[in-house]
Amino acid sequence: MFAELGHFSLILALVISLALATLPHVGARRGDARLMALAPAAAWVAFALIGLAFACLVASYLRSDFSVANVYENSHSAKPLIYKITGTWGNHEGSMLLWVLILTLFGALVSIFGANLPATLRANVLAVQGWVGTAFFLFILITSNPFTRLNPAPIEGQDLNPILQDIGLAVHPPLLYLGYVGFSVCFSFAVAALIDGRIDAAWARWVRPWTLAAWLFLTGGIAMGSYWAYYELGWGGFWFWDPVENASFMPWLAGTALLHSAIVMEKRAALKIWTLLLAILTFSLSLLGTFLVRSGVLTSVHAFATDPGRGIFILCILVFFIGGSLALFAFRASRLTAGGLFHPVSREGALVLNNLFLTTATATVFVGTLYPLMVEAVGGDKISVGEPFFNLTFGPLMIPLLCMVPFGPLLAWKRGDIIAVSQRLMAAFGGALAVVLVVYLFKDGASVLAALGCGLAAWLILGALTDLWLKSGFGNLPPSQALRRLVGLPKSMFGTAAAHLGLGLTLLGIVGTISFQQERIVEIKPGETVEIAGYTLLFEGLRPFKGPNFDEEQGTFRIRSSGGSEIGSVVSAKRFYPARRMPTTEAGIRTMGFSQLYVSLGDQTETGGIVARIWWKPLVTLIWLGGLVMMAGGAISLFDRRLRVGAPARRKSALRPQSDPAS
Amino acid sequence: MTRKQRRLTIIGAAGVVLAIAAGLVLYAFNDTIVFFKTPTDLAEQPVAPGTRLRLGGLVKEGSVARDGGTHVAFVITDTEHDTPVTYDGILPDLFREGQGVVAEGAVGADGVFTADTVLAKHDETYMPREVADALKEKGVWQGEEKATQ
Repeated sequence: MFAELGHFSLILALVISLALATLPHVGARRGDARLMALAPAAAWVAFALIGLAFACLVASYLRSDFSVANVYENSHSAKPLIYKITGTWGNHEGSMLLWVLILTLFGALVSIFGANLPATLRANVLAVQGWVGTAFFLFILITSNPFTRLNPAPIEGQDLNPILQDIGLAVHPPLLYLGYVGFSVCFSFAVAALIDGRIDAAWARWVRPWTLAAWLFLTGGIAMGSYWAYYELGWGGFWFWDPVENASFMPWLAGTALLHSAIVMEKRAALKIWTLLLAILTFSLSLLGTFLVRSGVLTSVHAFATDPGRGIFILCILVFFIGGSLALFAFRASRLTAGGLFHPVSREGALVLNNLFLTTATATVFVGTLYPLMVEAVGGDKISVGEPFFNLTFGPLMIPLLCMVPFGPLLAWKRGDIIAVSQRLMAAFGGALAVVLVVYLFKDGASVLAALGCGLAAWLILGALTDLWLKSGFGNLPPSQALRRLVGLPKSMFGTAAAHLGLGLTLLGIVGTISFQQERIVEIKPGETVEIAGYTLLFEGLRPFKGPNFDEEQGTFRIRSSGGSEIGSVVSAKRFYPARRMPTTEAGIRTMGFSQLYVSLGDQTETGGIVARIWWKPLVTLIWLGGLVMMAGGAISLFDRRLRVGAPARRKSALRPQSDPAS
Repeated sequence: MTRKQRRLTIIGAAGVVLAIAAGLVLYAFNDTIVFFKTPTDLAEQPVAPGTRLRLGGLVKEGSVARDGGTHVAFVITDTEHDTPVTYDGILPDLFREGQGVVAEGAVGADGVFTADTVLAKHDETYMPREVADALKEKGVWQGEEKATQ
């Protein structure tokens, strides 16, 4: 019953979406207000219908209705409640349904927050969203229907892949999709502007909050995915340059570039055409990511060839939207007028450089990700492009960019004074230099590179703090007055500083972990100890434990510090899920400050011991905490009064360029 | 600064950065790409000792030997030829005799492959793709074709 209801509302949503994709365009063309007014209503109805379909699938999972093929393949009656719910999107069909749920959610949000957009722009934006929706509803209905029934219905399900039965992976896809799909709004705005043939600074002001929101969720999604891989796979790595990871990283890089170019467009009405192109490219990369992950092309080029339905369909969607929007761009972009002038040494100049490096870095990731697929598809060798490639290409491109970050916010618009800015950054530079020296001289085993890496991270962190310090006038004004100014600074300035600070923290975590981590692989018997990074771990032995749908052998290690005092224990386990006959490793992690002790168990040996792999990961948590700080920066900016969606149209004063306290 | 000058500056800077990136990519392609080989490939065309590569095939039945400590020795086979492999560390959860694996490392002068990474399939229905393809070519593929989700 639920499955049929869900299926039916999915079909209805397709019909509504077709109407949404066509009628408002006609209305915008003819100036028919009634047809244009259809758009927000249709966007709402589509959202409601997909919401209903999604709820139906969740209900089927909750009731363990194994007559639904999707539930049978991915659920089990003994699975804990939380994973019954999250298992809904732990598979291809369900995750595509989540994809379109978020797409229609964004459509509905545009119709709420876009109440004071120009009528034709809003109609066109929503209609383009309708096109995207139509394409993906068709995809789901034709190739990936989650509501297919089984007859006769099996008694028990096959259970969800155990490594997906984890709270991290429950949160990761929704966050990631909010980011991925959020960029569809930027895309729709870009295409609508091209259809309209009109674009101005106000357009950038409408687009920026959407970019910011999508970017902040994507940041969270990537950070969450990275942390999940770190603790769940038991390999202790936080980033593998795996094609699936790159698929989400490329839109993030392009989205970061878009975020910065939209600032130039909003403040200075420059870089209009480039910003439009970036908006299109960012969502194109999101679509590419969807294609890479969902088509099966990564599992095997041949799996793609033997089961072409899904892959070819998404490829068609890809070609239609990317090709179509780029063609529209080629025809219409020349109509858009170029904007304000600026000197190369200026805030605009810095943001252009930022864009240059970010898009080039995106291109290297793109090449590294797709090259093996292309070589194999044309029948060449099977090759793998891994971490060494990205270290050699992506790394060198990031270093100059990161060195420049603190300069950007301090440079004035139009024409900046690089010498004056350098003088202001003297303290931050001194601090970074001190960090380099201290790390190099006092940290055992620190290479020059590691010390420079820590210095670069300190440079980013101190640079962000200097920015706030100077803009609130500390040093020039009495402290109480400066404090008042600090509180009164526009929120977007705090957002910028926080995002750059978060970047510095993430970098510090990466450098700290890569340069100073320690690893021990030992065969250990109960009662024996192993030492790592000044800690002594006493292995107490294995103890069986029974979970709701798994059995595990837990190994307990007591931790003693170098002083001999006991500071707790860490439990690592080997788990076995009978439903899929699949073992997993549950890493034992103990956080100390920002660092972690990480214990992962291997096989038992004939002599009664067990193989254990133990890592000391210094500063590792900063990698993800930095991501959280970046998200917080995005969120703070989102609440800036000048950026609030739609607000500028009502507030005339906000249209005046704001004076910059630093210039 | 005129519009034209600005445009030239931007195009110049973009050209420089793109050229550097292209250079890096080409250099990295020469240096960092790892080829996938089967034991038969190695038997027919031996590679220079020390070359990094990914070796794929099935873990030969009865070949896994542990020294009681953390060292493991096993044989990767594609049913025609065998390559001995040594590894120090924790094997993946789904490492079993008779199942597909990919080992990354290098062949030594003695013909023994020293692996620093061993990958097994992720779950019961997934086999490392190179292994599945290579085995299909050899006609010894037995797994079912349910590899994609």
